[in-house]
Amino acid sequence: MPVKVVIPTPLRQYTGKRDSVEVEAKTVGEALAGLTSRYSDLRKHLYNEEGKLRSFVNVYVNDEDIRFLQKDQTPLAETDVISIVPSIAGGSMIRCICS
Amino acid sequence: MQINAELLESIRSHGAREYPNECCGMLLGHADGAAKQVSEVVPLRNLRHDPARAQELLPLDDPGRESEKNRFLIDPQEQLRVEKDARARGLDVLGYYHSHPDHPALPSNYDREHAWPWYSYVILSVEQGEARELTSWVLSEDRARFDPEPVKL
Repeated sequence: MPVKVVIPTPLRQYTGKRDSVEVEAKTVGEALAGLTSRYSDLRKHLYNEEGKLRSFVNVYVNDEDIRFLQKDQTPLAETDVISIVPSIAGGSMIRCICS
Repeated sequence: MQINAELLESIRSHGAREYPNECCGMLLGHADGAAKQVSEVVPLRNLRHDPARAQELLPLDDPGRESEKNRFLIDPQEQLRVEKDARARGLDVLGYYHSHPDHPALPSNYDREHAWPWYSYVILSVEQGEARELTSWVLSEDRARFDPEPVKL
């Protein structure tokens, strides 16, 4: 069953400039595995060395964060759209609290 | 990165308004390879204002010393909404901006660890409530450093 994965702009350089990719999958885990086997350069940006999704990579099925669904095991229906949403975070240096 | 004076001013006033907390927002516009033309600035809420929710989405190492005064996190749901809306209008997300209250406009290690390739990261220094220097940065391909990016009017 084909589902659509939306690729954020900074990662399109690893998907041949495609802004979305169709993959065959029944779960989110299968969809991401399919995507990263087709575009292997994506892997290091999405997964850490232990093969887990990086903490600042958010995956949504339609408008739902998979963290609050069934994570990798979240089942997919044909019209579902998966979005990879990079967490945007930052901040200044922590002020030295030594005196 | 090209941006007009009015949009730059909206980033500066957002930074001053949120002082002593960090402000954050999105830069929308058109891109041609690495060349970016900003046409809209979208101020967003700093989710670190809601520490429990932010901690659930992206945990801090030391919540005792890290707060909305020196950390920002954009609500991914809000981000997805703005990004979808931008896409529907033919605009792209070009990057993000945030302020460094009482700190220079230089990227921190924390900024680098959480950065993505290609995006422009605009940093505004706000000293004692007054907007000062504004800089822009792009992460190097090996994630090792930030390269300065000229901001052209």
